Amino acid sequence: MPKYTLNVNGEPKAVDVDADTPLLWVLRDTIGLVGTKYGCGMSLCGACTVHINGQAIRACGTPVSAVGSGKVVTIEGLAKNGELTPLQKAWCDHDVAQCGYCQSGQIMSATALLASNPKPTDADIDAAMAGNICRCATYPRIRLAIHSAAEGKKGVE
Amino acid sequence: MKTTITEKQPLVARRSFIKVTALAGGGFMLGSYFGIGEQSAVAQTTMPATMPTTQSARNAAGDFAPSAFIRISPSGVVTIISKNPEIGQGIKTSLPMIIAEEMEVPWESVIVEQAPLNGAFTGQVAGGSTAIPSNYGRMRRLGATARTMLITAAAQTWNVPAEECIAEDGVVVHTTSGTRATYGELAAKAATLPVPDEKSVTLKEPKDFKILGKRIGGVDNIKIATGAALFGIDQQVPDLLYATYTKCPVFGGKVSSANVDAIKKMRGVRDAFVLEGGNGLGAGVAIVADSTWSAFKAQQKLQITWDNGDKATHSTASYTEQAEAFAKASPQKEVAKVGDVDAAFASAAKTAEGMYFYPHLSHATLEPQNCTAQFKDGAMHIWAPSQNPGSAQDVVVKALNIPKDKISIDMTRIGGGFGRRLMHDFVVEAAAIAQKLNGPPVKLTWTREQDMRHDYYRVGGWHKLKGAVDESGKVVAWSNHFITFGENSIDRAGNGANVGADEFPNRFIPNYNLGQSIISSHVPLGFWRAPGSCAYAWTFQSFIDELAHAAGKDPLEFRLTLLGEDREVPGSGGRGRPYSATRAKGVLKLAADKSGWGKTLPRGQGQGIAFHFSHQGYVAVVADVTVSKEGELKVNRLTAGVDVGPIINLSGAENQVHGSMIDGYSAALLQEITVAGGQVEQGNFHNYPLLRMPDSPAVDAHYIETAKEPTGLGEPALPPTAPAICNAIFAATGKRIRSLPLSKQDLTWS
Ligand code: FES
Ligand code: FES
Repeated sequence: MPKYTLNVNGEPKAVDVDADTPLLWVLRDTIGLVGTKYGCGMSLCGACTVHINGQAIRACGTPVSAVGSGKVVTIEGLAKNGELTPLQKAWCDHDVAQCGYCQSGQIMSATALLASNPKPTDADIDAAMAGNICRCATYPRIRLAIHSAAEGKKGVE
Repeated sequence: MKTTITEKQPLVARRSFIKVTALAGGGFMLGSYFGIGEQSAVAQTTMPATMPTTQSARNAAGDFAPSAFIRISPSGVVTIISKNPEIGQGIKTSLPMIIAEEMEVPWESVIVEQAPLNGAFTGQVAGGSTAIPSNYGRMRRLGATARTMLITAAAQTWNVPAEECIAEDGVVVHTTSGTRATYGELAAKAATLPVPDEKSVTLKEPKDFKILGKRIGGVDNIKIATGAALFGIDQQVPDLLYATYTKCPVFGGKVSSANVDAIKKMRGVRDAFVLEGGNGLGAGVAIVADSTWSAFKAQQKLQITWDNGDKATHSTASYTEQAEAFAKASPQKEVAKVGDVDAAFASAAKTAEGMYFYPHLSHATLEPQNCTAQFKDGAMHIWAPSQNPGSAQDVVVKALNIPKDKISIDMTRIGGGFGRRLMHDFVVEAAAIAQKLNGPPVKLTWTREQDMRHDYYRVGGWHKLKGAVDESGKVVAWSNHFITFGENSIDRAGNGANVGADEFPNRFIPNYNLGQSIISSHVPLGFWRAPGSCAYAWTFQSFIDELAHAAGKDPLEFRLTLLGEDREVPGSGGRGRPYSATRAKGVLKLAADKSGWGKTLPRGQGQGIAFHFSHQGYVAVVADVTVSKEGELKVNRLTAGVDVGPIINLSGAENQVHGSMIDGYSAALLQEITVAGGQVEQGNFHNYPLLRMPDSPAVDAHYIETAKEPTGLGEPALPPTAPAICNAIFAATGKRIRSLPLSKQDLTWS
């Protein structure tokens, strides 16, 4: 089987998997980072969203062979030394999660949004987050959390 | 004549009772135990300070293995165990909040742990919005019992009357001297005391609550925000294998042959085999591989000849034809009959008629069905995202003939339930594969397509309604021919496919008929968020709007008149639930008030109102919508008035009300499961869409906290949402929606 050395959350990870294996399953089954979720396998739900070189992508639709030397960041790689990012804090302050299953993907999409657009409008948020389904419908609080992280506010829910 | 002699069994009932245990090093543990009859004589055991967290370890500790609810370490760490399945309803936060409140410990210092399945806990179920009403009193008494014992321990240590001591913030204080001791310091002593009768302990006055009724964030929030929360699908066990299980797309079909030998040769595949099924296990082909992807890839290469049975002719089109034929005849069965509807129709001032239809729905939990299992040395251990692990255990006993005490279940966090995981097909499949492998642990993961095509669906149905109002605008007659589905039966409606004889508006209308006809279908039926109510509340609340319109009345006024005097209406014939007109009217007025009901709006904009009583809760919703001439619908705002008694967790409650309303809208707008060739046609989110962020309306929730025991909020805000939206569409466009989903209806107007 081909061997790949991926850069995941700043660390090199040598993996030995089929070339067509989606990054999603390499992360989950081979590397053991299970924060990235499987929801649809068809780039429809966003549960598997990770960053490659800062861009939010769907790990279920990205074969490992296409990752190359791209810097992969997963939900586990956002907090540094246990310090949550302002967006992760806003997620907790606003008590966004219900079941929580979609939230890794939501946070990864929102993180990429704020990196490119630090003060998004509601329309910007709609556009950036439309690819992430939340079956529990936590959308109102996702919006709130993104706004409050953008404004550097602590949650006032 | 043959006489059967039954050997006399001693009349002792197994019951759970509260017991205290000393933990090594001076800790305190209060738990419930399962035993025979009164067991106060059971010797106090010293348990290790760190309790075993797996069920198997607990079983090893014997029949009296404790199911701890509260642990206090000598250093003062308070751990509260949450016994119920967490599916996103927030129970892992709210039940421990109730214990902490009565215990007088600061919430910030509490650690919450998820329990495994253990019969001594009782009621480890997420279903029917029942966890709060059935546990509220019990959790309060548990917390109060611990507090009472800690106070007693302090009083005895200080040799002062217990009445002079109070508990606050995890400390007992002797009020006259000011002497203090932390719970950690008192734990060892408290663990030696007899447990007071839990009925005798003093509960706090609600006015003194410090935790209940506040906004408390979920206990797993940080884990979720960092990807550390482990769902069923995330379980990692050393030497884990990965499996798929492929069943016949035509429900109930069997495997005639499969190319398992070719599959076994594929790279990454460890094994492949056919399971005949039976006793609750569906027939299918298992593939066991060294990764999920290897298993999924091999699944794509499966060639199976199915024996479809005789159900491959079933289709949504044929169901519709049967429903149309039923609608022309009298109902097969009478469910309720009050007064004389025919006479009332004949003499009524105005009548209205309509045939309503709603489709089957899938649960589409975002975490697909999955389960991890290991069968080793005759014992089965299961890690399951189950809404009812006790029932999962029972179905595994039945399907695989393994004794109950050899089956242990760890309860994982669950990526959405909505009723799907009250059924345990996926647990039985994982356990069957593990049993065949006999040794290694294996994780079964369903693809999204399998999840959508092998659900226990929310049943679709038709209602042929006729109603009449008198000169004054009062409803005088209502008849409903309800055409529903049975699971391979024309006699018995399937799961969630009944309308109760007492269901509103019965008891509020002098002449009322409810008749039922059943279409036999092989499509499995289950419980979908607010079963029954999630479907028919839309029908009834839409039709009430039709009657209001016929009577020329305001939809709110019309409903208040229908409910009549403030009172509680008893269940008819002693069965059914009492219905509080007072509370129903209360939530209607609240939602109307908060939404600015009665605004004059231009054409193309409208407000609609609806209410429903289910799961012991009363909810009214007002929808504000805009419909363009081209028929594009925008729901601007949904406002809920809610009465479930006192609110346990304001933040969690709001999440449930918001989520239920948006879920109700999502389903009504977009979702429909159809059948062709005996199989479900939809498979993923492109043809079974869920609402997304850009279409998500503004939502708000308001409460009337009627002074009663609190009831659950996972479901009751969903049923009134779809009818409020459809009634608003009528107000905006004059178009009455009698068929769902909305995305298939023509909403254009001129
Ligand atoms: S799992 Fe990748 S988008 Fe759904
Ligand atoms: S929180 Fe459950 S899917 Fe989003």
